[in-house]
Amino acid sequence: MRPTVTAYRALLGAQVRAQTQYRFSFWLDAVASSVISLLDIVAVLVLFRATPALSGFSVRQCLVIAALGNVAFSLADASVGNIDTMRQYIRTGRLDAMLLRPLGVLPQLVFGDFAPRRLGRVLQSCVVLVVTLVLVHPQWTVGRAVLVVVAPIAGAVIFSSVFVAGSTVAFWFVESGEFANAFTYGGRDFTLYPVSIYPGWFRGIFAYGLGFAFVAYYPALALLGLPDPLGAPPALAWCSPLVAVPAVAVAALIWRTGVRHYRSTGS
Amino acid sequence: MGMDLAWPRAGTLRTGIALAGAGFRRWSTYRQATIAGAFTNTIFGFLRCSVLLAVAAGAGGVAAGYRGSQLVTYVWVGQGLLAVVQLWGWTELADRVRTGDVQSDLLRPVHPVLSYLTADLGRAGFALCTRFAAPLVVGLLVFHLYLPHRLATYPLFGLSMLAATVVSFGVRYLVNLTAYWLLDIRGVIVAWLLCANVLTGLYFPLAFLPDWLQPVLWYGTPFPSILQAPIDVLVERGTVGHQLVILAVQLGWAAAVLALAVLAQRRAERRLVVQGG
Repeated sequence: MRPTVTAYRALLGAQVRAQTQYRFSFWLDAVASSVISLLDIVAVLVLFRATPALSGFSVRQCLVIAALGNVAFSLADASVGNIDTMRQYIRTGRLDAMLLRPLGVLPQLVFGDFAPRRLGRVLQSCVVLVVTLVLVHPQWTVGRAVLVVVAPIAGAVIFSSVFVAGSTVAFWFVESGEFANAFTYGGRDFTLYPVSIYPGWFRGIFAYGLGFAFVAYYPALALLGLPDPLGAPPALAWCSPLVAVPAVAVAALIWRTGVRHYRSTGS
Repeated sequence: MGMDLAWPRAGTLRTGIALAGAGFRRWSTYRQATIAGAFTNTIFGFLRCSVLLAVAAGAGGVAAGYRGSQLVTYVWVGQGLLAVVQLWGWTELADRVRTGDVQSDLLRPVHPVLSYLTADLGRAGFALCTRFAAPLVVGLLVFHLYLPHRLATYPLFGLSMLAATVVSFGVRYLVNLTAYWLLDIRGVIVAWLLCANVLTGLYFPLAFLPDWLQPVLWYGTPFPSILQAPIDVLVERGTVGHQLVILAVQLGWAAAVLALAVLAQRRAERRLVVQGG
């Protein structure tokens, strides 16, 4: 176990040092990526310049949904988001080298491509969540306090599962990396708004099939004490961890199948 | 490097067509990426369309002067256009600067700005047939799209799309040129992404922004000329005169960014150090 930890730490350290070499680029990158994720929140505010309500939700209520989704996504993006570079490893044949090492492929990818700038986003999204909660001042109970911590973590696990499962597409179709973006970045966009705005079948796939309704929407309803306009039972708000567990299981299964299926591109 | 902007004497047009054709053919070989990209654009079409229709419904049918059907066109045409103008992910030139491969570009008898531009137009042509068409067809089948009422809008939209591609190319070229100074341009790319996502009109129609900010963006930056301009021409915001003004702004920016690219290219070549390898 010991040498494994040392190896991962060495990978992580090398990556951090490499990326901070070009200092101007690094800081521009760090600042700009924080601003980019803030834009999701700005977008909600801009949309509300054109309308007083979105599917019956006020701007503050929508901000809580968006902020919860943002924290979950930024946590997942910081931990496993770099998995989408895997298709370059497959295309160039560098994955062969990874398979030869006595370390797991997934952790090698995660630690070996770690982007420290993404931590700025996590911090920024947490600040936004606190600010929006201060704005709506929900009636705090022990349950809601637990929920506000557990929901983003469960949401991050759901997002991470989608990241990992999506990246495996590259095992079958080398050049189709963008396909996964529909569900990872698409999922992020989906969680920013009340699920009631989406057309039925589309909502079915994203909200329940992929579990994105449990990232921000249902927890936000419980925090705000609002009923679901679609008529779902209030207990669903507490089900995020129950959705996260099978999501991880499915992602792990898809990942294993993908790695077993891997045939080198031979280049 | 004493290159001038002129094509080689023999076969002026032929060189351009050959380069554009090569760009078209090159991108047509990335079949999986094309399908995956069109699929992703279509999913985002559903996402954005749902949000903006909810905005229009909340605003009582008309949001910032756009009717629901115009917003639907804005979304689906926008999802296709972003591939035509290639809003994201072009770092080819920067990679060539970093690896030193760029030296072979500089040895060619055609000015690099012109050769990259013609190749990019070929790429845009391929994207028009595939990445633009796919989400548009889905949008037409599933939603009620606003279609132009005036016949003149179609050629105007074509011109506007061409100008948008040139402006986008010019900005991307300038972004890539910073590699001569920085080598690692990740940060500049993210900064460009920031502008590309918000100031071009991709995240939301720019008309949703405060009134004082809109002219600043349209006249002071090239970004609205890349997406919002062709879309506004297509959904016939205002009169024919308004469409012509939009087109004029785009052409102005196209000329400006190309001139800047040529200028920056000249400065950059003095910085070129081919890294040993």
